[in-house]
Amino acid sequence: MSSTFNLDASFAALADPTRRAILARLASGEATVTELAKPFEMTQPAISQHLKVLEDAGLIVQRIDGSKRPRRLAKAGIEVIDQWLRMLRKALEKNYDRLDGVLAEMQLNKERKPR
Amino acid sequence: MSKLTLKTEGDTHVVVTRRFAAPPEAVYRAHTDPKLVQKWLLGPEGWTMPVCINELQAGGKIRYEWRNGKGDGFHLTGEFLELKPYRRIVHVERMHLPDPTPDNHIETTFEPDGTGTLMTMRMTLPDAQTRAAMLATGMERGMEASYARLENMILDWRLSEASH
Repeated sequence: MSSTFNLDASFAALADPTRRAILARLASGEATVTELAKPFEMTQPAISQHLKVLEDAGLIVQRIDGSKRPRRLAKAGIEVIDQWLRMLRKALEKNYDRLDGVLAEMQLNKERKPR
Repeated sequence: MSKLTLKTEGDTHVVVTRRFAAPPEAVYRAHTDPKLVQKWLLGPEGWTMPVCINELQAGGKIRYEWRNGKGDGFHLTGEFLELKPYRRIVHVERMHLPDPTPDNHIETTFEPDGTGTLMTMRMTLPDAQTRAAMLATGMERGMEASYARLENMILDWRLSEASH
């Protein structure tokens, strides 16, 4: 039962483009709220709200470092990023599979032409 | 076995390699001749590229427009920096979604590899955040097409995690 709740929470968390971008940013390493807020032109409270949603969904975790609370990807968050990279690869592969077809066609046309 | 590799390098690079069973001349032409580009650079099923402009010279403009026939579309603009026929293309590009993304600087090389070609595409983004955002955006387009598949995969690993 609890895994169903987790699943719903991660989908709600992933439905927002800012939260997806935060996850992608954390893929390149731990970051503080200030660092995360910078590229999004958002206030820190707004970013903190997004971070809470990601945290509740189990996608990110925070660490206590003096007065700072740097966030990093949790295991589930890393899985989501891996999934995205696999999907990006798949989209590229689809294009290049089509290109294989175009190249085969070019070769045929060349062979048909009288020399 | 997949012929494609995709990896990040340092903070700002993404490197893609792919082998093709055709000589560099053909692969280069398929990347530069608009009539050929329109046949394959399409992304998810159902999308077409009605506009494809490549001004093949240093400083020449690039413009690609995609449509899905359901009223959705987006476009890319860019400029060629260097064109060395059949071997190397250097260009910058940005997506308009509709706001322009930061410039992506891309060097594409075509090396003979037996009777075929090894293509290497090296992208350089201005900073780590931009690279992260680009990967996230690229992923989103794939996501539209296969959200259900993602859901199943997430469910699978959630369940396997819960069973541990």
